[in-house]
Amino acid sequence: MLAYIIRRLLYAIPILVGVNLLTFGLFFVVNTPDDMARMQLGVKRVTPEAIEKWKAERGYDKPLVWNAAAAGSAALTDTIFFSKSVRMFAGDFGRADDGRDIAREIGTRMGPSLAIAVPTFVLGLFVAISFALLLVFFRATTLDFAGVVLCVAMMSISGLFYIIGGQWLVSKVWHLAPISGYSGGLDAAKFLILPVIIGVIGGIGASTRWYRTIFLEEITRDYVRTARAKGLPERVVLFRHVLRNAMIPILTGVVVVIPTLFMGSLLTESFFGIPGLGSYTIDAINAQDFAVVRSMVFIGSVLYIVGLLLTDISYTIADPRVRLQ
Amino acid sequence: MSFQVVVLWSDALLFVLIAAIIGLMLWARRQDALRAAWGRVARDGMAMSAATVLAAFVVVGLLDSLHYRARLEAQPGAPAGAPARYAVEVHSVLDALLADLRQRSEKTYSAPLATHLYSKEALADSAQREFPRLKHGGAHLGADLSGHEFDIAVRVSRGCAGGMAIWLLLVAAWCRLRGVEVIEMLKVGAGGTAIRPVVLTLLPILLLLGIAISLGGGYHVFGTDKVGQDVLYLSLKSIRTGLLIGTLTTLVMLPLAVLLGILAGYVGGWVDDVIQYLYTTLSSIPGVLLIAAAVLMMQVIIDTHPDWFATSAERADARLLALCLILGMTSWTGVARLLRGETLKLRELEFVQAAQAFGVGRFAIMRRHILPNLMHIVLIALVMDFSGLVLAEAVLSYVGVGVDPSTISFGTMINTARMELAREPMVWWSLAAAFSFMFALVLAANLFADAVRDAFDPRSSA
Repeated sequence: MLAYIIRRLLYAIPILVGVNLLTFGLFFVVNTPDDMARMQLGVKRVTPEAIEKWKAERGYDKPLVWNAAAAGSAALTDTIFFSKSVRMFAGDFGRADDGRDIAREIGTRMGPSLAIAVPTFVLGLFVAISFALLLVFFRATTLDFAGVVLCVAMMSISGLFYIIGGQWLVSKVWHLAPISGYSGGLDAAKFLILPVIIGVIGGIGASTRWYRTIFLEEITRDYVRTARAKGLPERVVLFRHVLRNAMIPILTGVVVVIPTLFMGSLLTESFFGIPGLGSYTIDAINAQDFAVVRSMVFIGSVLYIVGLLLTDISYTIADPRVRLQ
Repeated sequence: MSFQVVVLWSDALLFVLIAAIIGLMLWARRQDALRAAWGRVARDGMAMSAATVLAAFVVVGLLDSLHYRARLEAQPGAPAGAPARYAVEVHSVLDALLADLRQRSEKTYSAPLATHLYSKEALADSAQREFPRLKHGGAHLGADLSGHEFDIAVRVSRGCAGGMAIWLLLVAAWCRLRGVEVIEMLKVGAGGTAIRPVVLTLLPILLLLGIAISLGGGYHVFGTDKVGQDVLYLSLKSIRTGLLIGTLTTLVMLPLAVLLGILAGYVGGWVDDVIQYLYTTLSSIPGVLLIAAAVLMMQVIIDTHPDWFATSAERADARLLALCLILGMTSWTGVARLLRGETLKLRELEFVQAAQAFGVGRFAIMRRHILPNLMHIVLIALVMDFSGLVLAEAVLSYVGVGVDPSTISFGTMINTARMELAREPMVWWSLAAAFSFMFALVLAANLFADAVRDAFDPRSSA
């Protein structure tokens, strides 16, 4: 298994290089380093010298991907792409356009992001699986039908509605929780409760329905009939047999998400004013801060690849017959 | 000619798409398996009533896709043979139908069916600040407002009666044409049941239409927004944007996904490696970030080439199309992976091996033997993605990487209205209108997609 993991990690390198090339390409097709300097310096202070100085300070004075003037391998390495991208593999993300250290910024903003994403994820998973099992328990009855209709209705509502409506109802009408904001320590709980609940409710429709389909597919299998024939109560059949056997399809969808929880949620964080990585990303998009966007893309891809790997490993735990080679 | 026809790119694509769907429907009628599957959809009451609602949305969207530029009045001193001049704004047939709603704008916010403006203003003839009367909403009532509620009730019942009358006419005409008794058709479990849910869904649609027309003649049914535009008009205009994003994106995505998915699965070897690398790379980038980067890039291109577009409508249209293109380019990976996996399975089946043994070429096998067996996945992906894309548009517009701010869409409506809940008294109507229209559209699409999946997915028929 170790060999498998190492091979998968090596396979990640070309993917990450591809990701970097793509973001780099998308950005520099339309923006030149001169444009970046002009935007950062503001209209008043733009002089050719100031632009050159800005570029030199930040290492944007090199050619983009191919340095024709340099000899040998330096033609590839002495470029903006290489000098900016390779360091990211070592965890050095450089500085944002406003001069702050990106790695440090990510470190401080990761906490709030996780504080929202992890409870939302765990609670959402628990609630959705419970509801799905309940619907399967009452399958082919009016309750099941009503549940499915409710799920479809809930997933047809825009995520923005849950956030805006929830903020209005809970914070403005009922005054139960602050409308937005964040603070460190235990105080954070009162700011977190609303976004977490809204996140869980917003995701419940789609995921309950998905788990229900998985369980229903499993419930027609022979081993389920055998278990019932043995005289096991339906409750035991569902929890002991069906739930465990449905683990593989569930894990496929769930484990890959876990590492990306670090990235935070763009919408929730910007609506609730939480200083996490999601709002950091949105601000960077709006400010066209390439260094930050590139770092977030890079981290996102790394986490996604880690998620895929974790999914494979989790299979071996859920189903001992699976061997990775 | 008193107008000049303008065909925007998105209009053309939309009509090509509609023509393609009609063509496919005619073709599917002759295929037994497809006719059986669609027959299952038609027998599903929920699906048929969802389809009716969708059809109503599509009609609005299509009316909004026939664009023209109105001819300007000839200037008094102009010579007789002078070339005609046309207005700069591009309008659609829907705009012409709703000319009343579009032109009767107020000064700022006003509540649904209100007669007075939302905020107080200093009036010329009084010392105090008061709520001024609306220019158009309830103007027919005159100075005496005691009949306001009565007037609304009268208009609602008149609208209901009108809608009901049209519905009865339609039902009677249809029954006459088919030679069926009206009662017979509306009975539960009657022979040709496909039409019954359609007829029953048509009734509320026509009633709502009747009420909207009758009330809209004298009031702003959903109120007005910050700059005084009628919210009902904005909601109706948003439908086209949502439909376009939902359909054109899949149009971009499908060829890519089908071609690459089948190639990767069937050819294997280095082709498989390259395609897998491509989609793993693309899907490992967080979706919103990739879309944001691409949209920002395209925005710069559009901004630096103002000479490409004759009117602002064309520029907004180009941005809408580019958004569809970007969404399509970023969302083909999931379907491609699904198709690759399915192709891997199909490749090993006897009928494919038999074809190989007969010496049928690779591409012929992919086209004749693999592709038809994947069509149900393609169709299911197409209908399932639609609702997700309509919802995604709103979120992207909120992040600022969606449609052009001048394009009326659910996203831009929500984006401009989201701070209004904090006002005192609250301005809820534009949010409510945008969310309800979006909900109706997405719910209908979801229900229809479910029925299509149940009918076409071989696994679910067990």
